[in-house]
Formats: sequence, structure tokens, C-alpha cells
Amino acid sequence: MDLSAINNETNKVYGKSKLLFDKVMHFCPGCSHGTIHKLIAETVEELGIQEHTIGVSPVGCAVLAYDYIDIDWQEAAHGRAPALATATKRLLPDKYVFTYQGDGDLASIGTGEIIHACNRGENITVIFVNNAIYGMTGGQMAPTTLDGMKTSTTPAGRSHITSGFPMKIADMLALLPGVAYVTRQSVDTPAAVRKAKKAMIKAFKSQELKRGTSFIEFVATCPSGWKMTPVEANRWMRENMFQTFPPGDIKDLI
Amino acid sequence: MRGSIDVSIDLCKGCAVCIAACPTGVIALSSAVNGKGYNYAAAVNPDKCTGCTNCAIVCPDAVITVYRTKV
Repeated sequence: MDLSAINNETNKVYGKSKLLFDKVMHFCPGCSHGTIHKLIAETVEELGIQEHTIGVSPVGCAVLAYDYIDIDWQEAAHGRAPALATATKRLLPDKYVFTYQGDGDLASIGTGEIIHACNRGENITVIFVNNAIYGMTGGQMAPTTLDGMKTSTTPAGRSHITSGFPMKIADMLALLPGVAYVTRQSVDTPAAVRKAKKAMIKAFKSQELKRGTSFIEFVATCPSGWKMTPVEANRWMRENMFQTFPPGDIKDLI
Repeated sequence: MRGSIDVSIDLCKGCAVCIAACPTGVIALSSAVNGKGYNYAAAVNPDKCTGCTNCAIVCPDAVITVYRTKV
């Protein structure tokens, strides 16, 4: 059968979301951020809420998220995305407001903001991308770096004696009564991506129900920072990160 | 089912995540490079494609479009 006979709009089963701009993402090859951006675009498109969604982008690799997804965006100071999202949601309660934050943003400089936003039960969605490293600045140790993991600032491996243990943000936030939904997902395999999309749709919909904060942690890779190929990084993540950060729902009150 | 993929060559970064995701071994990295200098993903066994969309779903840069039809 001739391929040109198949490749037409009628037979199209999967393509780039209309909400993604044509601009090429600046992320390194194989970076999980790209897949997660794509999931946000697909979720917003599927729910038909493009005109009603406001994202808050972080400081870190995902700082340019507003250049890639065709919705309204704000850019927060480092770690302060939940505070900005709080104000946005309170002023515009009918909008879907979400923050997109990495582990250097949310789990380090912004720990206070996220804990208090969740404790107040702000009706927002938080997308937390945890790749256990500071990707943008050159692969330094982050609060979520695994015990024994080598980074540019822990060349002999992180030691919990001097640097503490990897911080389990999602488990900590699940304890707060204001939080309605906490889940941990990944985007390393097609099955994981499909599951993550369902979780993201659920998290956005929980804003309609006004149940409190919805929190999705993505266990993600940083192939450049980890100094691995993208496929190796995905394998390494499954073998090592999943022990400390196992995927699955942690809390579900929706 | 008969499937087919269309890769936006200029946008592909050659991360090869799609190759690991393809259950039928349709995709491989090309020996040629694109404008960015990456060995891009190419359908080397197009006849084996079932149009399952796995490759496109894991693609971080959304460069793969999948078509499927009943034969």
C-alpha cells in the first residue's frame, strides 16, 4: 500500500496539539519537560478551556513555558509561583490556574510558598517536575537528589550526613488537609504518559469541584545533567528514582 | 491495521525515545543529519507500522504525526 494514500487528515490518529506553538522548545534532546508541556497542551485542548487557563511559569529550565503553550501565562519570581497562583485564582475564581515548577524552584527556594499554599487549600493545580537536579544551572545537587547520587556539587555522591535526605515533597503535602489530590507520575513510557494525562485531566477538573489543591509530581529525567543518553536516563530513573519516588496516587479526595 | 508516521525532520532532536517505545521496530536514527546537526528519527521499516501512536506519545518535541487505516 502506498504511504501517501494513508497520510491524510482523515486517517490522522495523533499529531501535535494545536495549543503548542511552532517554536522549537529549547530543552535538551529527550528532556521530560517537553513531554509534560505537551501533556498540558493536550489536557487544556481536550477540556476546551484554552481561554480560561492561566499558567504560572517558574524559574529554571521551564522558565520559557509561556513561549510554547498558547494560553495566558504569568512569570513568577523564583519559587513564588504558588503565591502568584493564589492571587490569580482568588481574583479570577472561574479560571483554571496552575503552576509549573521544577524541584529547584518548588522544593528549595519555594518550599515555604508551596507548603502554605497547600495548607490554605488554594484551589489551584501544581505541576511539579522532579528530576533530582538543578538542570538549568549545570547539574548541581537539589533537595530531591538521591542519596549517593553524583552531581556537579556532589562529585562523590550526595551524603545524607552532610546534605540530608532527598525531600519527599509530595508525601509531605499529602498530609495537609487542604490538599485534595496528590499523585506521582512519569513520562518515560507510552503507558506512563497515557496514565499521566488522565491524572492531569483529573487535577484540572478538581478546580471545577473546588476541592482544594491538586498536586502532580512528575518523576522526570535530565539526560544532560545526569550525563546519560535519554533512553539510558529513562532506565536509570526507573531503577533508581522510583525507589525513593514511587509512581502512583498518594491522596485522592476528589 | 496499517499505520504510517510522518516525522518533522527539522524539529527532531534525535533523542531516540521513540525507538525504545516502538513495539515493532519501525524507527531508527538516520545516518544523515538535519539542520540542527541531529541524526533524526526515520521510519526504516515502514511496512511494520501499526499506527499505535506510542512513538508520538513519548516524543518530547511533538515531531511525529501518526496515521492509521484499516486495510
